[in-house]
Amino acid sequence: MIYALCFILFLIGLYGVTCKKNIVKIILGMVIMEYAVNLFLILSGWRKGGQPPIIDSQTNMETFVSRAVDPLPQALVLTSIVIGLGILSLMVAIAIRLYERYGTFDITEMRRLKG
Amino acid sequence: MTEKNKTVGMSLVVQTVTRWLKGFIFLYGVYIVLYGHLSPGGGFPGGVIIASTFVLLTLSFGKERSLGKLGKLLASELDSLGALLFLLVAATGIVWGGTFFSNFIERIAPSRHFHLFSAGVIPLCNIAIGMKVGASLFMIFIILAVIRVKEINGRRKLITTEKRRTKK
Amino acid sequence: MIEILVGSFLVFMIIGALIALETSDLLSSVISVGAVGAAMSICFLLVGAPDIAITQMVVEILSLVILIRATIRRDLTTIDGDREFFGLMATLAMIFVFLVLGFYVFPELPRFGTPSMLQSSQSPAQHYLRNGLKETGAANIVTAVILDYRGYDTLGEATVLFTSILGALAILRVYSRKKKSHDGKK
Repeated sequence: MIYALCFILFLIGLYGVTCKKNIVKIILGMVIMEYAVNLFLILSGWRKGGQPPIIDSQTNMETFVSRAVDPLPQALVLTSIVIGLGILSLMVAIAIRLYERYGTFDITEMRRLKG
Repeated sequence: MTEKNKTVGMSLVVQTVTRWLKGFIFLYGVYIVLYGHLSPGGGFPGGVIIASTFVLLTLSFGKERSLGKLGKLLASELDSLGALLFLLVAATGIVWGGTFFSNFIERIAPSRHFHLFSAGVIPLCNIAIGMKVGASLFMIFIILAVIRVKEINGRRKLITTEKRRTKK
Repeated sequence: MIEILVGSFLVFMIIGALIALETSDLLSSVISVGAVGAAMSICFLLVGAPDIAITQMVVEILSLVILIRATIRRDLTTIDGDREFFGLMATLAMIFVFLVLGFYVFPELPRFGTPSMLQSSQSPAQHYLRNGLKETGAANIVTAVILDYRGYDTLGEATVLFTSILGALAILRVYSRKKKSHDGKK
């Protein structure tokens, strides 16, 4: 099923966050997790034979209501994608500061807290 | 014209194409923001496209060129102005519509559909959000472009590679 | 037909994500994540969400540029491999348990193709589709939802974006002190 494949993508991202040593791989794991969640939300709103929820001057309202896809998940995912970009910039800023402090991107070398 | 693209920026082909295209990309971003209530788009992707105009300019010509077009102070002012405008529109909804965020223009004067100046307060909100997102992402990219990690006296430090104007 | 296309794009995305996490060259892994994002944008177009497809494409391009700026031009020794063996095996076992437990949930979800708004005819989504143009005047129902019906959530999202950008700028701030001794040697 399609939702199972989305879930497998999410678990691959989770593997990247928990099992990798390089900070950039951890950041990429979080990006993949966010992509998987957004995709799952949009796919849950699809309707068979569906059309985008945009009206123009020639649409018949009855066929529009019976054929349009769900607009609510799209509204939520729109803001989620842009928030993901803000989170990514924050993570990259932290990674640059960590590189300045410890000289490496390897998290097993960053145990000493006194720098 | 002096050949300045030795250490910053990219090759001549990229610079020429950027010089032609940057107006069109900016116009496309403004179009997506303004027509957000009639066709797919809205404030968020339009703001990101406006920011990517300046990203293209920074990558092709170096950061001095794009900082000359939109300085850091002006960008942070635009960012805050966009957020305040959004809040102002929402608060005016209480005064005239009764609830927070109500579409008071549409309640008072219903508009013709499918025109540019329709849908009440929605184009204003789109413009505010487009300004805010565009200015924010421009600032993030400029900071990442001027920051460098350098070895000074055996220790690494984060330095900024801008030329500072010396105050006498 | 659309199910088969979306399914094949999902398989492509899974392979791309695995390549992104396992390869040792950082530039290749960033480009693989870019390929995953591009396939996602095409999936959004197939499923009838053009707003989201535009947003995903441009946001993914900017995030590629930000990631490349952070990872390239840093002289890194190759950091390969995972953490130590016992922790790795325990984490993989937990992820496998999540996978098996997740498969019990999927029969409860509505089938792919019948969204949950069809469960009742009074659901909010049907109301927005039916009365969106009359009440708000906007022809794009998704914009009407995020800026008129659910405008408060958009205010919250603008606040989160503002705060995260502010945090990133505050972390990368370089304090310049007036140089009293050793003037400008480097």
